[in-house]
Amino acid sequence: MVERQGIRRYVAHLILWIGIAIVAFPVYLAIVASTQEAHLIANGQMSLLPGGHFLENYYNTIFVGTTRSTREPVGTMLFNSLVMALSIAFGKIVISILSAYAIVYFRFPFRMWIFWLIFMTLMLPVEVRIYPTYKIAADLSLLDSYAGLTLPLIASATATLLFRQFFMTVPDELLEASRIDGAGPFRFFKDTLLPLSRTNMAALFVILFIYGWNQYLWPLLITTRDDMQTIVIGIRKMITTSDALTEWPIVMATAVLAMLPPVAVVILMQKLFVRGLVETEK
Amino acid sequence: MANVVLHDVRKTYPGGVDAIKGINFEVGDGQFCVLVGPSGCGKSTLLRMVAGLEIITGGTIDIGGRVVNEIEPADRDIAMVFQNYALYPHMSVYNNMAYGLRNRGMPKPEIDTRVREAAQILEITPLLERKPRQLSGGQRQRVAMGRAIVRQPKVFLFDEPLSNLDAKLRIAMRVEIRKLQRRLKTTSIYVTHDQLEAMTLADILVVMNGGVVEQIGRPLDIYRKPATTFVASFIGAPPMNLLPVTTNDLGEPLENLQIKVPGDAILGVRPEDFALTNGSSPAGLALELVVDAIERVGAETFVYGTRTRDGAGPTVSAKPGELPPGEIIVRLPGEAAPAIGERIRVTAGRDKLHLFSPDGRSRLVQ
Repeated sequence: MVERQGIRRYVAHLILWIGIAIVAFPVYLAIVASTQEAHLIANGQMSLLPGGHFLENYYNTIFVGTTRSTREPVGTMLFNSLVMALSIAFGKIVISILSAYAIVYFRFPFRMWIFWLIFMTLMLPVEVRIYPTYKIAADLSLLDSYAGLTLPLIASATATLLFRQFFMTVPDELLEASRIDGAGPFRFFKDTLLPLSRTNMAALFVILFIYGWNQYLWPLLITTRDDMQTIVIGIRKMITTSDALTEWPIVMATAVLAMLPPVAVVILMQKLFVRGLVETEK
Repeated sequence: MANVVLHDVRKTYPGGVDAIKGINFEVGDGQFCVLVGPSGCGKSTLLRMVAGLEIITGGTIDIGGRVVNEIEPADRDIAMVFQNYALYPHMSVYNNMAYGLRNRGMPKPEIDTRVREAAQILEITPLLERKPRQLSGGQRQRVAMGRAIVRQPKVFLFDEPLSNLDAKLRIAMRVEIRKLQRRLKTTSIYVTHDQLEAMTLADILVVMNGGVVEQIGRPLDIYRKPATTFVASFIGAPPMNLLPVTTNDLGEPLENLQIKVPGDAILGVRPEDFALTNGSSPAGLALELVVDAIERVGAETFVYGTRTRDGAGPTVSAKPGELPPGEIIVRLPGEAAPAIGERIRVTAGRDKLHLFSPDGRSRLVQ
């Protein structure tokens, strides 16, 4: 790293602080708003300092729900989001690591065809295939269920690709040594490949958890019942555009709560995540 | 304990490339066999076929009286040491060594005994709890050997195990591998491209080139009587000097050899078989050289010379009136050496000369 001298260093720091302020201010505002009274915000008299309704607002948000729009309490939504994000993250990792294992280590007819087929789906995100996917989910009566929320999002070309590339960097000699050591395909996978993929899986988990948590369009379509909706959808539905008063403190509290799990995942898995992305030693 | 018999072993890749073109040899019980050859000669492929990592497309491989062509690597009762060691990076040294035994369902106490015994032999007991990445190259090498030893297999297979080590360590490990093999008396097949390693380790040396065996024999026999010009130039360093000669146009020294060969031939002389002389030449070959370069390495000196065109009687010629191109390397003992540009006269005794057919495929004088 280049050690900068004198004024240039202060300028650099100043720019960084401005950047931090720009990013952090809306978050700060949301936190402040979640502690104020609803009518103060609606009147445009919101203070920039935290108000005194923190406990009350958060209690209402998590356990009661908004008063006017008879929504579910956020606790249910948080739970739904958590189930969805975790299922998508785990499901994707399990399916993609298995398919990558098959593609890299087994010789079967049309292997490359299948790889390219998987690869092609990269170019078809959920939004593009939304109608057929919805039709299938509806025909299988998956509407308003966790399976419907997660299954269509689980098959993942990106993760398969990532694991494939990783497996291809694992030296062939390890496989050969395993074969001589009497480890069959399953043992090799369990004893050697899985432990080696640990950091990759962690990095992928972080990315996929956030991906699942932030899903908007699909949950919007597939869930109609209030007790099945995720927190991201919930926020949207709380903001009433008709003549009713939007309860901004509750909305803001929900937003803050929605932010916490992904932040927690990133912070807790930061070390593994970085290692998974940069580690080359095998 | 077992012998290994290869009978007409062939490997043809799906693309139609013949990597191994019919190889026959036998490694006796407890013998150390070294496969040596330049890169791409098929020696590693052959070893991997013995290990069961490559499919055998023709012929049979027999380990301890059992044809193993269709048997899985794990069931062939072999152990292999890889060039890059192939240690499991996430397992401790202990687990690296124990893994194969566990997969066989061996009881824990016995695994422990075997691992500790092997660790003691290889002096890696203090390293047992470390991960491979915390080890030096030499230590990893030992662990890889340990993983082979604990199996107590019928055959050890080594695939250029020393080529990732630095020169000093390589020599030390070479000696150690030899000692270990003598002690365990396990039949071993060792692949290398290093002729020095091959010469020092082998009971039987198999020189390979282009998917075929050029010569099989004891190392010194091969050194003394190479069967082809390929073997002649591959075994021994620096390589044997090879001069195309015409026997119709024999100079006086060649007549001294009392060789009767019709047509052309290739004459071979090892650098170490030359001696500096002044004046009269004894029975054998005499060459007049102009010194081009000198390499002094202390115990010996290598002189690179070109043969003089109008010197006092060039004794051998490729075609009448024409000298073949190429340098002659002469090894002289000690530091005494001529200066660059100086003319020297070197001779080699009659019994030091090798004569090959013009295509280099066969030896004319036994």
